Amino acid sequence: MDEIQKTLLEEVAGLEGVPAGAYNIRTNGELSGRNTTANIDIVSKDGGNGIDIRIKPGTKHESVHIPVILSQSGLTDLVYNDFYIGDDADVLIVAGCGIHNGGNADSKHDGIHRFFVGKNAKVRYVEKHYGSGDGRGKRIMNPVTEVTMEEGSEMEMEMVQIRGVDSTKRLTTANLAAGSKLTVKERLLTHGTQDAVSEFEVNLNGEGSSANVISRSVAKEESSQLFISKLHGNAPCAGHSECDSIIMDSAKISAVPEITANTPDAALIHEAAIGKIAGEQIIKLMTLGLTEEEAEAQIVNGFLK
Amino acid sequence: MLTLEHVSFDVKEDREQKEIIKDLSLTLDDNKFIVITGPNGGGKSTLAKLIAGIIKPTDGKIWFDGTDITDMSITERANMGISFAFQQPVRFKGVQVLDLIRLAAKKNLSAADACQYLSEVGLCAKDYINREVNASLSGGELKRIEIATVLARATRLSVFDEPEAGIDLWSFQNLIRVFERMRETIKGTILIISHQERILNIADEIVVIADGQIVRQGPREEILPGLLGTASAVEACEYYQEGR
Repeated sequence: MDEIQKTLLEEVAGLEGVPAGAYNIRTNGELSGRNTTANIDIVSKDGGNGIDIRIKPGTKHESVHIPVILSQSGLTDLVYNDFYIGDDADVLIVAGCGIHNGGNADSKHDGIHRFFVGKNAKVRYVEKHYGSGDGRGKRIMNPVTEVTMEEGSEMEMEMVQIRGVDSTKRLTTANLAAGSKLTVKERLLTHGTQDAVSEFEVNLNGEGSSANVISRSVAKEESSQLFISKLHGNAPCAGHSECDSIIMDSAKISAVPEITANTPDAALIHEAAIGKIAGEQIIKLMTLGLTEEEAEAQIVNGFLK
Repeated sequence: MLTLEHVSFDVKEDREQKEIIKDLSLTLDDNKFIVITGPNGGGKSTLAKLIAGIIKPTDGKIWFDGTDITDMSITERANMGISFAFQQPVRFKGVQVLDLIRLAAKKNLSAADACQYLSEVGLCAKDYINREVNASLSGGELKRIEIATVLARATRLSVFDEPEAGIDLWSFQNLIRVFERMRETIKGTILIISHQERILNIADEIVVIADGQIVRQGPREEILPGLLGTASAVEACEYYQEGR
């Protein structure tokens, strides 16, 4: 692995080498490292365009890292990864994609992730997207995530895209059975002429299921963002979606929340707010000795923390 | 330490030029506790903002420790040693109380050290240190955090714009104690804009401003008796009964 690849790996997975536990590292469209454990198995799909990750029921305190690194300009990588999380398991899954594009051809990674979360299982999923390189070629990521949650399961998804991805279109859908609980925390920052679309569709199908989708985003310079969140309450359930954005420079942001209750006992709330940094916030931080630029950075960092 | 020399501040209102501060000159000495009072709309808050650099005078000069700061930015003045507590504190989504106190102190304080400043303003520190400075905090809580940021800075000049505004009566009693303690511990000048008799009572010096000009100025013993019972020195109970 070269220096660029190492940097990408650190950015997207917080790794300075091979991780502990199970992992599968994909570099420039090919497998470059894998480890399985007694409880977590990783198997390549036929055709080599993805993997199946199988986590045994009852597996506790284990982690799986599946970072994807693209450092070759002009590469288009499409993968299908399926996660089967056994009943009562409690695991951490770290995915993420880093693209370094130093050339003039577009580099693209489309990851299609499907999660099957067993009864009463708990999953924490962390996904970071990052781009670097000064070539004219674009860095494009279009992740599709499908989550199927069985009774009593819990899933917390943390999705972060802070820098360097030119174009992204992400679609996340989730189907929740009785008593299951989904939490999504999305953090998004776009700059330059970047374009990002993030769409969530959550179907609360089981009694007592709940979902909380929180997106915080900052759009700078000429970038544009579209946030769509759909909550469908098909049973007595609780759903909340929140989209909160800071808009700067000449950026554009649209937020389209949609909530549908198909039963009187579905309690659904949505909140959406877009606004620029308040002048008085900057003034307050300047009275503490920060420059205007430092104040702005502090406000954005706090907001996306 | 701070001198205002023939300072004026005008605003344009309905196409007419309106003078908020009129040719005002004032000198604040080192290590003094000074209260500026006077009727509403007299220009007190404008004066505080002129000192902090939030607005710039239309005319005149401002000197701080012998340096002309008239054209200096808010940041430069803050770094020279001027602190300012807002009348209506600002809210920040995502920024925690701890972050704000660390920024104020200009060092990476431990949570325990930051807590001391919160305890100082009567907030149970462990309940607040990780809270976000957002709409979940009440006006009174925000106000106390605002004061804590000024305490953490411990600068040569601390300016408070109506610290009692938005604070309930119980907190107000504590506020007086905060200022009394600050007076003993801080090495610098404290300038408070207030109508409160109890705050005026602990001043070394009182400045009365009306209609953009200084009407009276002098030691508390001289000025306060003439103010009692007027809008410039309101008793706490009266103030809260009026529902302000």
